[in-house]
Amino acid sequence: MTVRDLLTSEKFSAISLPDESREIKNVYIGDLLSWVMGRAKADDAWITIMSNVNILAVASLADTSCIILAEGVTVDETIKATAMDKEINILTTNMNIYETAIYLNGLL
Amino acid sequence: MSEALTFHYVVDGQDFTSAGHASVMVKKNLRQLGLPPEKIRQVSIAMYEGEINMVIHAGGGVADVSVTEDYVEIVLTDKGPGIKDIEQAMQEGFSTATDNIRSLGFGAGMGLPNMKRYSDFMEINSVVGEGTTITMRVNIN
Ligand SMILES: Nc1ncnc2c1ncn2[C@@H]1O[C@H](COP(=O)(O)OP(=O)(O)O)[C@@H](O)[C@H]1O
Ligand SMILES: [Mg+2]
Repeated sequence: MTVRDLLTSEKFSAISLPDESREIKNVYIGDLLSWVMGRAKADDAWITIMSNVNILAVASLADTSCIILAEGVTVDETIKATAMDKEINILTTNMNIYETAIYLNGLL
Repeated sequence: MSEALTFHYVVDGQDFTSAGHASVMVKKNLRQLGLPPEKIRQVSIAMYEGEINMVIHAGGGVADVSVTEDYVEIVLTDKGPGIKDIEQAMQEGFSTATDNIRSLGFGAGMGLPNMKRYSDFMEINSVVGEGTTITMRVNIN
């Protein structure tokens, strides 16, 4: 499944989508950045409610395929611009983290 | 590659928004050098945690990275408060981070353990009141 495939469902919308053909191989969930950094795998979709700018460096270094902000969380314009610049995909969904995980599980 | 390739970065201790920048730059450079993705990931994680620590605990510092045929070496130097009890600091979950810093997602107390786990060699030199120097190596052969 690619990031683009997720967006065909109306449950997700794109905040930044510089690399929509990125493959999603698995899922990691977490808000504590050191946990995500140390445990997320490359090509994971990362589900979080953390929305400050530091998520971008973590996503970039851990090489996740996209950040999925659950619970309708969104980011400000500067972060959006930085995400485009750093080629980080960010999606948002109104589902909570559990629902998002279940939904992704059905697609993987 | 007979001589080491070196990179030097100043890590700003005031600016949380650019924290991790040096690590992202190093990752880019290592990619261009064609290092194996798993090695790049090890370096990225280890360096990021060290860089963040300099920002949140030491008011910034400098990062020196050198790439040789055999390893990538990361040396992080700061003039922060130093680490009183290194053994305690190395424990998973130990953190002196403030609530404010925790609200940003930092302060899980997993930084030093991650650095140890993702590097093949790690040495901490710290003097209370003077600063901390951490050397890490990731073998590439
Ligand atoms: N460069 C540093 N200067 C001073 N203290 C540090 C430094 N790096 C780490 N420490 C101390 O070691 C503790 C544990 O570090 P770490 O495992 O990265 O956890 P965290 O950064 O989440 O607190 C920190 O809370 C801090 O007290
Ligand atoms: Mg830390």
